[in-house]
Amino acid sequence: MVTQTETPTRLTLRELAKKPDRLTSGHRMCPGCAAPLVVKQVLMAIDEPVVVVCATGCLEVATTIFPQTAWNVPFIHNAFENAAATASGVEAAYRSLVRQGKIEDDNTRIVVFGGDGSSYDIGLQSLSGAMERGHRLLYVCYDNNAYMNTGIQRSSATPVGANTTTSPVGKVQAGKKGARKDLTAIMAAHGIPYVAQASPHNWRDLMQKVRKATAIDGPSFINVLASCNRGWRHDPADTIEIQRLGVDSCLWPLYEVEDGVYRVTYRPKVKVPVSDYLASQGRFGHLLQPANQYIIEALQADVDRRWERLLRMAGEV
Amino acid sequence: MSDFRALDGNQAVAEAMRQINPDVVAAYPITPQTEAVQVFSQFVADGEVDTEFVTVESEHSAMSACVGAGAAGARVMTCTSSAGLALMWEITYIAASMRLPMVMMVANRALSGPINIHCDHADSMGTRDNGWIQIYSENPQEAYDNMIQAVRIAEHADVTLPVMVMQDGFITSHSVERVEVFDDAAVSGFVGPYAANFQLLGASRPLTFGALDFYDYYFEHKRQQVEAFSHATEAVLEVAADFNCRFGRDYGLFQAYRLDDAEVAVVVLSSTAGTAKVVVDDLRAQGIRAGLLKPRVFRPFPAAEIVRALSHVKAIAVMDRSTSFGSMMGAGPLFLETAAAFHVLGRAPQIPMVGYVFGLGGRDISPPDLEGVYHDLLAVADSGDVGDPVRYLGVRG
Ligand SMILES: Cc1ncc(C[n+]2csc(CCOP(=O)(O)OP(=O)(O)O)c2C)c(N)n1
Repeated sequence: MVTQTETPTRLTLRELAKKPDRLTSGHRMCPGCAAPLVVKQVLMAIDEPVVVVCATGCLEVATTIFPQTAWNVPFIHNAFENAAATASGVEAAYRSLVRQGKIEDDNTRIVVFGGDGSSYDIGLQSLSGAMERGHRLLYVCYDNNAYMNTGIQRSSATPVGANTTTSPVGKVQAGKKGARKDLTAIMAAHGIPYVAQASPHNWRDLMQKVRKATAIDGPSFINVLASCNRGWRHDPADTIEIQRLGVDSCLWPLYEVEDGVYRVTYRPKVKVPVSDYLASQGRFGHLLQPANQYIIEALQADVDRRWERLLRMAGEV
Repeated sequence: MSDFRALDGNQAVAEAMRQINPDVVAAYPITPQTEAVQVFSQFVADGEVDTEFVTVESEHSAMSACVGAGAAGARVMTCTSSAGLALMWEITYIAASMRLPMVMMVANRALSGPINIHCDHADSMGTRDNGWIQIYSENPQEAYDNMIQAVRIAEHADVTLPVMVMQDGFITSHSVERVEVFDDAAVSGFVGPYAANFQLLGASRPLTFGALDFYDYYFEHKRQQVEAFSHATEAVLEVAADFNCRFGRDYGLFQAYRLDDAEVAVVVLSSTAGTAKVVVDDLRAQGIRAGLLKPRVFRPFPAAEIVRALSHVKAIAVMDRSTSFGSMMGAGPLFLETAAAFHVLGRAPQIPMVGYVFGLGGRDISPPDLEGVYHDLLAVADSGDVGDPVRYLGVRG
């Protein structure tokens, strides 16, 4: 296990390459899946010992098939909807045992990983409760925009128009109806010390956010865009490029909210049209037909409106 | 030195929790258990315990946090009732299969719907197959004593299973009785320090909890849980013997009351057994050889011991404060277990046995009701004719 170092590892590839893998290779996540990249970057950013809590979902099932485990750190999976509550218990145990001198205070950091299904939907109450109670833990949502483990069903993180197995494209329906839920905003509304949005294509930005989050003696939440090539229908080699398009189109802005203060951490030099992002993935293929042009236009307007609002909140306009 | 106090069941349980001083408690209020959470919160606020109290936003999260804390290496407790236990249901299985030796008090309350806050055993009986040891208490004193013993039973090296300690909602949870409260040091000496077999925190190597099991391992893991239950009977008795030795109260798998020479016997859980004892004494005064068997431990079900203890009687009534919808003739779980035990382990000829379902949603059960049951049994014993094998007692229509 890694113990705390006096000076934090510098976020350079040369330094990071020396760190032991906390999620080892040999797991069964699909080639091209962004989730393990997110996990590796998050855990690599933390020098202290960690305990990982994971919700049911692709990440959990593909990394812990008994009697094997890909986790080189203490790990617990409880159920689908309760990762944050489980982590609350781990954190309470840590506080209690340290206070009583039953274990040593080694600055253990508690990191939770949950998909959008477990975070936006079924586990939202558990997540909200844990954030409100103020446990010292970092909750990372790897948002792949659907329930992938059970076969690409829509979640409240699924973008409008996306083709999923429960929001299929049909004769009278053009994929998912309605806009995504903005979980990052909901977390920010909890008034917790640190909330951010990140993407694994911008690993340094993501890791700096993890550093800030884990330095705080309180709850923090980072929402990370994490494409699923099976569900989004793109070439596994394009994963990084797809996240980049998501961010450069401002559909997934990179920003942070530190003690209520908004800061945009990356501003694309050229704002890519949302249609470029949509065109890169099979799940949006039907939207490119002229009859569905109005959906793209509405989405573009929504993205623009949200981006402008974010800039205003960050004091950048 | 122990102290005699006027406490209701909830206060007695909170007192036991204070003395046990668990590392973590995660709990959520629900009638009729609420008071236990409130009293314990005050102990936390006054610094009387080392406990980290997680004031969760639901019972689902209470049980989830207990699993997290237990896996982390903490001694963990919680309490609930009715809908709260139902909401925990999924995670109670996980707590048991992760072999986390936590203790939960359940103040028994009917399940919705219609919503009802009063006592029956639908809540805990609904979780009888979830992998928890189940102990039922007759009165506040037993609830207190059982909480203390439950810690040792749960953590017993041959067991490592979670334990539920039941008391009847309102009837026991809110009845003030004389309760012997032991010395703090005596209780902490009895429960001893806790060292988890495996833990997330402070472990020498990283462990994975809650891995995915397929058909190649799942069955063996379930089998191990079944085996843990076969050791639990022994552990319950061992802990009870030590408890008796230190505190001078004798507990077993069940309590036999005036049963040795009984002709007719009632089997009933919890507070109703207290009422039944009065009825037994009255009937004895009239020369009727009535007896009582009050199961204490329902999981593991002490089948052989119960069959042995009742083998000499002429007729048995098994009374359930819950039902099992669609079961054989609408019988309750205690009757079904007892009948199965006699069928498999009893000697021929079978002793006539009647099942009674009573007291749902807090419907009162009075001494005359129980007297009626004993008189029914006398008639059955006389005629050898069981009549209706399953009867509903105290219900209109
Ligand atoms: C209570 C409950 N309901 C449903 C499921 C089935 N289930 C398991 S994983 C999953 C979807 C997970 O989706 P998400 O959180 O987005 O993670 P992903 O699989 O996409 O990584 C579902 C519906 C479950 N395990 N538990």
